[in-house]
Amino acid sequence: MEVLLGITGKDFTLVAASKAAMRGATILKASDDKTRALNKHTLMAFSGEAGDTIQFAEYIQANAQLYSMRNNIDLSPSAVAHFVRGELASSLRSRKPYNVNLLLGGVDPITDKPSLYWLDYLASLAPLPYAAHGYAQYYCLSILDKHHHPDIDYEQGLKILRMCTDELKRRLPIDFKGMLVKVITKDGIKEVEYDDEARIACP
Amino acid sequence: MSSPFSINGGACVAMVGKDCVAIACDLRLGLQSLTVSNNFPKIFSYGDVYLGLTGLATDVSTVSDLFRYKVNMYRLREERNISPSTMANLVSSSLYEKRFGPYFVSPVVAGIDQKTGKPFICGFDSIGCIDFAKDFIVSGTASDQLFGTCEGLWEPDLAPEDLFETISQALLNAVDRDALSGWGAHVYIIEKDKVTKRLLKGRQD
Repeated sequence: MEVLLGITGKDFTLVAASKAAMRGATILKASDDKTRALNKHTLMAFSGEAGDTIQFAEYIQANAQLYSMRNNIDLSPSAVAHFVRGELASSLRSRKPYNVNLLLGGVDPITDKPSLYWLDYLASLAPLPYAAHGYAQYYCLSILDKHHHPDIDYEQGLKILRMCTDELKRRLPIDFKGMLVKVITKDGIKEVEYDDEARIACP
Repeated sequence: MSSPFSINGGACVAMVGKDCVAIACDLRLGLQSLTVSNNFPKIFSYGDVYLGLTGLATDVSTVSDLFRYKVNMYRLREERNISPSTMANLVSSSLYEKRFGPYFVSPVVAGIDQKTGKPFICGFDSIGCIDFAKDFIVSGTASDQLFGTCEGLWEPDLAPEDLFETISQALLNAVDRDALSGWGAHVYIIEKDKVTKRLLKGRQD
């Protein structure tokens, strides 16, 4: 019941992840951060098997940062996405594959174009205007199909994200403890103040 | 239903015409019945040769990247482009290397031999058995439907424009009868010294 959401707009990419850290039916933590910054303008959100997620995400983070230090330039979001896919694909045919689903959000530092990459544990890679993982796909993709446009501004993006999280609160059987929302623009990655106190009643 | 070949869905077809060949694919990427992307092309170009890959999406990417590497190395060694028939043998041997842990893809090769000017198409199973064909090759989750439409529409010695119409109708009508394929198409018409790529919208449902 982990939720990952991503929305691109005119000059930004929004990435949102649920704050509940779960183990079976128990919620261990209500302020979990399921994201890692890979460089100044690329953010990775992850869900999947408990140990694998952070292990894999931090391995990728370390390698992306090593590249930046060695070459004095960051990998573009597209380059990072293809690097991550390669790592996940070779893991898939190893003795113990990583069971991790990912969303990679970024803004290209040269062209200033926002981008979002959807990657599942099989290492299927798809560049998308908006994306979700897990059960959230069934609830959110239709809302995004209806309301998303490639040239929406930041406020409109947040409004659509709100529609998605409201629907999730309304329909998911387990409380996912609200969303942690981050936005990537050409100026870098920022956490967004996101109110999840409001109770959404089911009809 | 959980065969690796039909998790993501997709279809590809190649046809021979008069001094031309055509290759086309759909654009869907799904997870069982859920469509994730409607912009996932399955045809990749390697100089004069075109390779269509259907099957498990991760292996479509892995195999297309692998052949980009192999064909680039070939070009550096030989200082010329790879010919379609050589490409067919490269695909076959590369797939058979993974005989007991295969890539879950059904490749299709199409191109015109630049030396002889002869059209060439062929298909493979996932472990590299080559299927040479004089008429058409189909692959993917809509392959049953494609056999039907191709058998009905294809005729020998079609001119490039007629071949485009034939392959487009064959693909579009086949994927409309398959829940796991569709959402638009890419069509390549390959002539001796001209390649035309067309994007078809197709049904978006």
